[in-house]
Amino acid sequence: MPRPRSAAVPRSAVATVAATRRSVIRGMALSGLAVGGANLLAACGGDDGPATGSGATVKFGINEAEGVGAAHDRLAAMAAAYTEETGTKVDLNAVDHNTFQESINTYLQGTPDDVFTWFAGFRMAQFAEAGLITDLSDIWPIEGLDDSFKQASTAADGKQYFVPVQYYPWAVFYRKSVFEKNGWTAPESNDDFMALMEDMQGKGITPFAFGDKDGWPAMGTFDILNMRLNGFDFHMSLMAGDEQWDGDEVKQVFETWRTLLPYHQEDPLGRTWQEAATAMGKGECGMYLLGTFVVDALGENGEDLDFFTFPELDPAIGSDALDAPIDGFCVAAAGQNQEAGKEMAKWLGSAAAADAANNGADAPFIAANSGASTATYSDLQKKSAEVVSAAANIAQFMDRDTNADFANTVMIPSIQEFLKNPDDIDGVTASIQEQAESIFA
Amino acid sequence: MSETTEAPPRQAAASPPGKRRLPPRDRLTVVAMITVPTLLVVGLVWLPALGSVLLSFTRWNGFGGLDTIEWVGLQNYEDITTIYPPFWPAIQHNLIWLAFLFVLPTILGVVLAVVLDREMRGSRFYQTAFYMPVVLSLALIGFIWQLFYSRDQGLINQVFGTTVDWYGDPDVNLWAVLVATAWRHTGYIMLIYLAGLKGVDASLREAAAMDGASEVRTFFHVIFPVMRPINMIVIVIVVIESLRAFDLVWVINKGRNGLEIIAALVSQNVIGEATRYGFGSALAVIMMLISSVFITLYLRVVFKEERSR
Repeated sequence: MPRPRSAAVPRSAVATVAATRRSVIRGMALSGLAVGGANLLAACGGDDGPATGSGATVKFGINEAEGVGAAHDRLAAMAAAYTEETGTKVDLNAVDHNTFQESINTYLQGTPDDVFTWFAGFRMAQFAEAGLITDLSDIWPIEGLDDSFKQASTAADGKQYFVPVQYYPWAVFYRKSVFEKNGWTAPESNDDFMALMEDMQGKGITPFAFGDKDGWPAMGTFDILNMRLNGFDFHMSLMAGDEQWDGDEVKQVFETWRTLLPYHQEDPLGRTWQEAATAMGKGECGMYLLGTFVVDALGENGEDLDFFTFPELDPAIGSDALDAPIDGFCVAAAGQNQEAGKEMAKWLGSAAAADAANNGADAPFIAANSGASTATYSDLQKKSAEVVSAAANIAQFMDRDTNADFANTVMIPSIQEFLKNPDDIDGVTASIQEQAESIFA
Repeated sequence: MSETTEAPPRQAAASPPGKRRLPPRDRLTVVAMITVPTLLVVGLVWLPALGSVLLSFTRWNGFGGLDTIEWVGLQNYEDITTIYPPFWPAIQHNLIWLAFLFVLPTILGVVLAVVLDREMRGSRFYQTAFYMPVVLSLALIGFIWQLFYSRDQGLINQVFGTTVDWYGDPDVNLWAVLVATAWRHTGYIMLIYLAGLKGVDASLREAAAMDGASEVRTFFHVIFPVMRPINMIVIVIVVIESLRAFDLVWVINKGRNGLEIIAALVSQNVIGEATRYGFGSALAVIMMLISSVFITLYLRVVFKEERSR
């Protein structure tokens, strides 16, 4: 499942809408039709927009439906600014976030838009390998996007297929007022961290808010523990299917998680991330490990929120890696207007594009481009930008870093199984390994 | 079905022996009325079903052309039954679903229908009230019940001061979902049964009353047997509903953690971001086989009746 960014609509409501559409798609897929070529997303008809530059038309598929708030407005503002600057007409095709993500395969293999919103990571690389997205190495380097972003845009063949536009880090969020009142400070070391959690429990506050009803939020916990205990390189190679899931390293992650579970909210499997965020917002829980979109669930601008990166667990590994998923754009290989698409993709990575987006919406994103203005940023966003640029290694989050089949059908149920029954680590890891072998074979 | 089996003899009896050919226009109509539906059924039901069966012996992630499909024989089925943890719970949950729908909401719906059929005061109001949930989509029902069941913010836990994790505890959530389903299913059965009861000849009741039969006796010995076709429909609806169970579970947690059901597993593997077309098809084929068992049973009963009539 996707992590929604600034969605103004409650996630539960979005899910409701998505489910009704999904049941329609399901009917088709069960009868084998979706495989064939149901092209639900290719809403735009086949009008021909030939030349590049002024007068040309670029089709732009975005994964935010109109009316969801800032996320859509920012993309629409970018499209409008591009038309104004270059005279190229942009044909916007706005699709609901979940629907877009779940139909991406048929979309790219049908008649996709020229440029579309996507994520960095394994799934981008997978499309590159399958020849579904266009090689963008000739538009790189893009001014203002540093090496780490170039790295994140690169597929296995060493070429770039992606243009980053924004990102958001996963970190431990807390209420400033609650910490001040209790005299707590952000922990510097693992000892501080344990002492802080003990103190919170002593004061009747659950240290960590925790909800995993949707299945993906707990992946964030696995990611950070694995990066802290086994290091970034092991994490990425595990995600790529090159390490043993039933080996000592992964078992150690689950063991550590098990010792931390008493500091988490009980019964996470029935709780949505919004409910967990509310528990932290109300001061019932001290901290919450989540992405910056935690602000959305609190219905406030985040002035009373602060965060720290998950502390070091092993001095030999350090704490300089974190999850910070990057959103951006790809050019579809089956898009009709390749040149115009590339041109637009390059522009979308520019500081001007980021500024257009942030000026055109109520809430700004954290721009990937270092030249973008930070004037509209909240304190939280300014700090996010600092933390991410200080990090040595950035992961994209489990469901973007590994095979989608594996993340969705194996890891979500397995992590939930672990949370139900934390004592059977050998059973869970053995089951993951068996299924991993079958999927990565 | 009954029409096709009965039609030829009737026609043979009506037409004089020897030749009676339809005029060309009528022949054309008959041909069109047979071929168009046949093509639709073959194209939309049989071919895709056959496609699913074929895909179930392969591994394919949907990238690239049909030549990238890799033949793996029975491996998907082997994986499903051996190393895929959600599968057996899913079978079990579907069966529980079926049994539960039969035992509680169906019987309750029938009882409500019988009671409301007595033209008591305000029966229209009750009918509407009980039928209301049927009009709502299951997705919406999932959302409504979330407001009751939420562990921290839900109505039930707030009112009773409990901390039961209705949707998250795998021992509880199936039952919580079944209650939500029953809320809707009861009204559905009630309406169908009520419509049937309205169609029962009033003279039957009068005759029974004249003979001195009690209300209960009248129902079980006179009305219930007369309602046989409706009873059959109700049974079929319950079986279909429990195999199709999907929306509610999908809205709640996508069929995971105690709410595994076959339809949801198929969707998890094929519809979402995961594209295990072969594996998902194998699950779909298993679901199709289970449905076939019920369909065969049903058809046998129906045909037996036709013959004995």
